Amino acid sequence: MYQRAGGIVTPLITALFAFVVGGLVVVATTGKNPLSTYRAIFDGTGLNWLFPWVSGVARHDAALNLQQTLLVMAPLMLTGLAVAFAFRCGLFNIGGQGQYTVGTVVAVQTGIWFASMPKPAHILIAIVLATLAGAVWAGIAGVLRATVGAHEVITTIMLNWIALWVASYLVGFGGPLQDKRFGAVNPNTPDIVASAKLPVFWGDPQLQGLHIGFFIALAALVVFWIVLSRTTLGYEVRAVGFNAEAARYSGINVPRSYFLAMAISGAFAGLAGAIDLLGWEFHLDLTVVQSSQIGFFGIAVALLGRNSAVGVFFASLVFAALLNGTSARALDPSIFDPQLAGNLTRIIQGLVVLFVGADLLVVYLWQARRKLGLVGRDGLEPGKEPAAS
Amino acid sequence: MSVRAESVRSGWERATGPRAVGILGIALGALSFWLALPPVHARNTVLPVAVGILGAAAGIWAVSRRERRVGWGAIAAALVGIVGAILATRSSLTHLDIVVFWGALVTATLRWATPLTFAAIGGMFSERSGVVNIGLEGMMLVGAFFGALGADKTGSWEGGLLIAMAAGGALALIHAFFAIHLRADQIVGGTAINFLALGITGYLYVDVYGQQGTPTNLPAIPDVHFNWLQHVPPHQLGSFLDNSFGQMNLMVWLMFPLLIVSYIVMFKTPIGLRIRAVGEHPRAADTVGISVYAVRYSAVVVSGVLAALGGAYLSIGFVHSFSEGMTNGRGFIALAALIFGGWRPFGAFGAALLFGFSSALALRLPDAYGSSAGTLFQALPYVLTLIAVAGVIGRSIPPAAIGRPYKKQ
Repeated sequence: MYQRAGGIVTPLITALFAFVVGGLVVVATTGKNPLSTYRAIFDGTGLNWLFPWVSGVARHDAALNLQQTLLVMAPLMLTGLAVAFAFRCGLFNIGGQGQYTVGTVVAVQTGIWFASMPKPAHILIAIVLATLAGAVWAGIAGVLRATVGAHEVITTIMLNWIALWVASYLVGFGGPLQDKRFGAVNPNTPDIVASAKLPVFWGDPQLQGLHIGFFIALAALVVFWIVLSRTTLGYEVRAVGFNAEAARYSGINVPRSYFLAMAISGAFAGLAGAIDLLGWEFHLDLTVVQSSQIGFFGIAVALLGRNSAVGVFFASLVFAALLNGTSARALDPSIFDPQLAGNLTRIIQGLVVLFVGADLLVVYLWQARRKLGLVGRDGLEPGKEPAAS
Repeated sequence: MSVRAESVRSGWERATGPRAVGILGIALGALSFWLALPPVHARNTVLPVAVGILGAAAGIWAVSRRERRVGWGAIAAALVGIVGAILATRSSLTHLDIVVFWGALVTATLRWATPLTFAAIGGMFSERSGVVNIGLEGMMLVGAFFGALGADKTGSWEGGLLIAMAAGGALALIHAFFAIHLRADQIVGGTAINFLALGITGYLYVDVYGQQGTPTNLPAIPDVHFNWLQHVPPHQLGSFLDNSFGQMNLMVWLMFPLLIVSYIVMFKTPIGLRIRAVGEHPRAADTVGISVYAVRYSAVVVSGVLAALGGAYLSIGFVHSFSEGMTNGRGFIALAALIFGGWRPFGAFGAALLFGFSSALALRLPDAYGSSAGTLFQALPYVLTLIAVAGVIGRSIPPAAIGRPYKKQ
């Protein structure tokens, strides 16, 4: 059901359709030109940096914006991989957000502790512990699925909210991690020490430059591909995803695959939390804990990316660009209200998730086209089965 | 066979059966906690602990007689009761009196349980017919926003409710179309519904109300006043009843007929039989002439309408305003209540009461014990549900065909 990878037509059509609907919403509600709105959002993403003819101040601004887009893209790639890995095993890990939150909490605590450690070791231990925390958090759902058959969707939803409230307790007023020095309106933890901060390789380290977490995420893409395509574990995971019953008959330990798939999936999400925290957030505050959506965007990234490494790369770029392009910092308010644009992003995200799973819609439309006499009898898409009947 | 065996049992046998003893155990567990609280205020731990141990013993006996669900429930209730009672006897009387003001707790519990119950009953219709509804959260949110918008634009709360119901039904129709006709994955579809609802309500809210927020004079669903309750003798009982039930929102009262009607419809009428048949074995239902698609479409739309009512109660019955993402996970708690309650109306209501009570308590704890205690308490419903689906307190078994698209032959 979920395991399918490959096929670029439906995701492209879906994304295009979602953007067209988004444009219609813009016209219908504000009467503004959707093209100029999208143009402003595009400029906000900094992707115009790639055009050689952009120069001078515009080029400088574009570089700053592109750094921010890639900064968002890195965790999206990882939460996307988290959802995708579970999907390939036939599991829906809707708990990426909780695993991400657990990762950030462990990363912030590790980043505050061990202050005397050398930098590479400190970073490594923080990343490893946060990744493990994510794996454990998802592993709970994996164990429950593997042993008593509790559906992972229900358990991961519950684990999301448990993570949210426990993290709120830890970070919030009177919580053990709260920085007691400030009686702030929005309680937060202290900053991590300098030795735990990820090095910045592009842009100003004082102004949220792009940190090496981006390369960690790219490496995770490679790991994802290798594990799934080149290892026994990956083969078993995919076999279970295709048909759990058949996999069981051929001697694959299905419960073990379920558990490992969930744990690995959670590890990606925990890693996402680690690089966000060690890369640019440096501390947690209550609002961020309660409003973060990175894990949920991972669902859209995985679905649009067809659960493949390459797909997740491009899908995370699309959503990172959307998120950053519509942020209050990047979007010119005189062209479009960033608050509206932020919600427009959510609508587009919802449409993508809604339509990308509905292959049959494409098949229906294709058949309708044939009925209308636009094509001949052999009008089916190449490589696509006839409307599975 | 077991059904017949149960029906011929005499009343006495039933009263001493493991199930009844287990329920007694749950009651004893609750009693042990209650003894340490106002107005009884047992100051030593002996009596509450003794009562708690009795409750646990009843639970163990019930478990040994294979009444596992109720039995483990009694053991859990007894343990929670004993721990709670010990904590309460260590706590100062003034703190206890601040937190445990029974009248206010009862009314707050019902107030928090109402939106959960509406959404959970809605979810029951959808899931009993075989369509998973993760989108309850989104349908509630849409109900909350369109309830406020409708009440504002039509100038009446009835208008608000109607528009909320229409909006919730429409969103549910999208879910139904993708789940039933397009046979898309229902969980993915429900997730999409949640994202869409968040985006649509947020967008329209910013577009229509902008920085000012919803108007302060938003028409509200009225409260129902029972002033005579305070005159019930004796005085303490009267004031308790008045504080609990004297001034509650109309929607809270409407929850009770909804429960009864949905129970009767689901379990005592041909309509309910059809819904359940379609959810358990759609092919068999189809064979005897039930339209699987029609049943599922109506059930999903009903779920959207009911969830939207729960959301509208939040915005125009409770808070009297709308804010972005205001349902804040209540749709998921409702889903949890539905599962915790075993996909049955009164089971779901019981779970909603439990979750509502924990919300009510979480809001009162900070007054005496600092805000961090209340925050941690908010996680309780989710932990309980996790334990319930893990099968520690009896497994929750979903309808057989849940989540499976049906293909006509």
